Amino acid sequence: MSPSTVRPRWVADGRAWISVVVETTPQIPSRGTASRYGGHNPFTLPPRTPAYETRGGRSVHVVIIGAGQVGESIAADLQHDHDVVVVENRADRADELTYALDVLTITGDGTDLDTLEEADIGEADMVLATTDDDETNIVACSTAKAITPSAFTIARIKNTKYLRTWEHDEGAFGIDLMVCTNLLTAESIVRVVGLPAARDVDVFAGGRVQMAEFEIGDGSPIVDQTVEEADRFDSLTFAAILRDGDVEVPRGDSCLLAGDRVVVIGSPHSVQTFARTIAPEESPDESAEVVVIGGSEIGYHVCRLLEKRGLSPRLVEQDHERARTLAEQLPETLVMESDATDMGFLEREHVGDADILVSTLDSDEKNLLECLLARRLGVERTVAVIDRTSYVDLFETVGVDVGVSPREVVAEEITRFTQSGSAENVAFIESDRAEVLEVEISADSALAGKTIRDAMADLPECVVIGAITRNRELIVPRGDTEIRAGDHVVVFVETPVVDEVTALL
Amino acid sequence: MPSLPDPTGIADRIARWRRRPVRVNWRASLGLVGSILVWIAVPLSFPLILAGYYDEPLLPFLVTIAVTLGVGRGLERLSGDADLGGREAFLMVALAWLAVGLIGAIPFLVAGNGVIAHPVDALFESMSGITTTGATVLVDFSVHGRSILMWRQVIQWLGGLGVLVLAISVLSQLSIGGTQLMETETQTQDVHKLSPHIEETARMLWSLYSGITLACAGALYVLHLVGIAPGMTPYNALAHALTAVATAGFSPAPGSVGAFSRAAQWTIIPFMFIGATNFILIYHFIRGDWLRPVRNEEFRYYVGVVVGTTVLMALLLLTDPSVSFPLEAKLRHATFQVVSILTTTGFATVDFNGWSPAAKHVLFLLMFLGGMAGSTTCSIKLLRWIIVMKGFRRDLFTAVHTDAVRPIRLSGTVVEEETVRDVYAYTLLSVVIFFALTAFVAVDGARAGLEISEFEAMSAAAATFFNIGPAFGVAGPFGSYHPFSNATKAAMIVLMWVGRIEIIPVFVLLTPAYWRS
Repeated sequence: MSPSTVRPRWVADGRAWISVVVETTPQIPSRGTASRYGGHNPFTLPPRTPAYETRGGRSVHVVIIGAGQVGESIAADLQHDHDVVVVENRADRADELTYALDVLTITGDGTDLDTLEEADIGEADMVLATTDDDETNIVACSTAKAITPSAFTIARIKNTKYLRTWEHDEGAFGIDLMVCTNLLTAESIVRVVGLPAARDVDVFAGGRVQMAEFEIGDGSPIVDQTVEEADRFDSLTFAAILRDGDVEVPRGDSCLLAGDRVVVIGSPHSVQTFARTIAPEESPDESAEVVVIGGSEIGYHVCRLLEKRGLSPRLVEQDHERARTLAEQLPETLVMESDATDMGFLEREHVGDADILVSTLDSDEKNLLECLLARRLGVERTVAVIDRTSYVDLFETVGVDVGVSPREVVAEEITRFTQSGSAENVAFIESDRAEVLEVEISADSALAGKTIRDAMADLPECVVIGAITRNRELIVPRGDTEIRAGDHVVVFVETPVVDEVTALL
Repeated sequence: MPSLPDPTGIADRIARWRRRPVRVNWRASLGLVGSILVWIAVPLSFPLILAGYYDEPLLPFLVTIAVTLGVGRGLERLSGDADLGGREAFLMVALAWLAVGLIGAIPFLVAGNGVIAHPVDALFESMSGITTTGATVLVDFSVHGRSILMWRQVIQWLGGLGVLVLAISVLSQLSIGGTQLMETETQTQDVHKLSPHIEETARMLWSLYSGITLACAGALYVLHLVGIAPGMTPYNALAHALTAVATAGFSPAPGSVGAFSRAAQWTIIPFMFIGATNFILIYHFIRGDWLRPVRNEEFRYYVGVVVGTTVLMALLLLTDPSVSFPLEAKLRHATFQVVSILTTTGFATVDFNGWSPAAKHVLFLLMFLGGMAGSTTCSIKLLRWIIVMKGFRRDLFTAVHTDAVRPIRLSGTVVEEETVRDVYAYTLLSVVIFFALTAFVAVDGARAGLEISEFEAMSAAAATFFNIGPAFGVAGPFGSYHPFSNATKAAMIVLMWVGRIEIIPVFVLLTPAYWRS
């Protein structure tokens, strides 16, 4: 399993935060409250799982260092519930943020003691270092930790070498959570590439359970069948049908129409079989031809991860030096030095014959252009990195098959982390209309000892139990399957009832 | 005196060049060469003791020791402070090998026996020794004392790992510029330091080298004690161990290794093989990193070439009706000759002059390969051929995919483009020099009335320039280079020297920009 999808290790041994629970009554808004503030809010915590300490009764004091895109996005998410202070070294940028958001901005160097003290770092409950510079983020977190040991520090990192160091020695650099944007984005892309027909893929229970979202095409063999008829795949559960932006929990007699999207949960093999059945021409295998455009860090990690899966992708990078560096670092990848929008080049190298094209150029517009170009040349499937989350839907309408937003990926990761008290793993469906959670059933859970049929009666309507793993083995959930303490349950839940469900589980 | 007209302006340019200051600290280089010469007295004392033991004349060695100490001390006075930069390293490497070659000839001259009483022949024998070539001018071995014959073996052993690696291990002045020297001497950039101190690295290499040599001598002597190698007396065991591990090829016996038993011949094969294996690899292997050689791409190629050509050679001998050995002998001769020529040792167990043209040409082509870089081997070395081959493969690929960026990898590590260019240039230069020497040998042979075919001229050129030893024809494995004219021998002396220190350190001295810029 790739490093960043692993639960932070310090949570696993429990020592870091158990002491926190004892003496505080945190005034942290519950998840449900947070969800009301437009879009998901990754930094609010379920009541049972405080990951950081607060002092009696006042609101959470958050210091964000760096007002780049990520910093701004996080600040926007947090502004209503928390006291947010943003430290930014460019004065004009700091001004911009002051007018745009309800936060306090301080102009200065985030690694400078005076600046940090001005940001009231001594009172900070959480420090987020999100500048574009890894070293700055690390030093800022270390500095914050040195001044306020109780503050929970999160650093955004691009270079995976620091991530490896941090994983090697948890809490290294005084960082409590390290989030590697580029790596997470690349992993997300590779999951999509690995299951090309899927619009979204997530793994649970250490890879034993996969969740995937598929669009049902016109010619698909399951079109116009009821869920009961279509449900002929071993260990696969239909978790949801997405139709015209609505999320529908499937019943046995629900009919699958062309253009619907379905969310299925099951073993990787069954998901693969399902994918092959509904979209045989897109079925992935190791000979799949993948072209990655743009040798950014994301492009690099995509190729590296594909190499690990036994694929030999082609990578196109325009810059001479960068192309050379990439070629040196990626032994199984064929690196080409060219302008990827040059039609001559694309035709010469038969890019149109590729199964998948991933565009990781530095601007959203270029990525869109690249994908449209590839489409015209005949590439079967295009994936684009889209920085602006708001463009994702638009781009997917225009012709990009899958848009991956690094910010959304990072937000998901951080939310996944904050949920980790009981929900070990979480994936968002349809921009947070629903979630798929992995939960370990504790002995005092209301569901422990019940059959699924009984459990479903206790749970709200819009919940589907997708899969159960017991002793690291997958059990297909049927009505008479008994849920036991210690089981890992992967559930599909619509967002409005998430709190209710997590409380029950 | 009225100045001559100078239409081309050359004289003017030379005059301007001469006005520029000399940028090379040649005094430092010479001073350090002096220190090396002083140390040469130590190995010289070994044949001296041997001469005393066998009751042979002591004078050749006493004179040589006096000369080397005198010249060495004199040169040492030249150097003020040993400031060794890149330029000084080139000069020192070139001069050190030349100086040791000259000193090595003195015992032959003073002893005054046989053909090597002549200065050119003495220098040929000495240079062939120190460069680990193993080409001999001796005709009648019986006129030479055992101590003189052992001196040939000793200088080969000194030249095997490199005079400068030895120098670095004993001269503390070289602890700073040592890495550069070592890399200049062997033209390899993979002198990974085994220890943070270059001095200690050099010592480790020499201990390893000595250890393997002793193991070889011990193994040969044990065969003698067991009774399956009657000729391998302690003297012969040591003499052959010294030149087998050094991949050098001199033998005190006129019949080379062919004069000894089957068991001795089989035993020497693995030691020649080890001698041409990267010593750093051997070091890690001995220290318990068993899989390191397997991970090394050059080693895999090395084993592949040895096994492949041995099988080919064995098939050629087995199917050749004119060769009338029993089966075991055919296999043994095939293996021995292939390993001996490939590793640039030059021992022989049989006169391969009588083999079929196919077998002879296989041996001839092996002369261009050599063993692994970082070993005692000479010639172009497998490492370079692998890089050339991969470069060529890359060019074929980029001819179709013009935009592809393909670095060349060796054992998974990327080879710098600059290194690739250097390797191309070196390989091409080697082949050009080889052809030039071939032409010289053939033309000069015709002038001097020596009957020599083009193939024999080619083989003699390759055998000397690539430091192998035996050629085909008159200079065959049991033959001698004595019939060649003095001019040819002189050219060979220079090119043995140039070839052993891998061309660049000598050629760079010939450029004006080296001296004044």
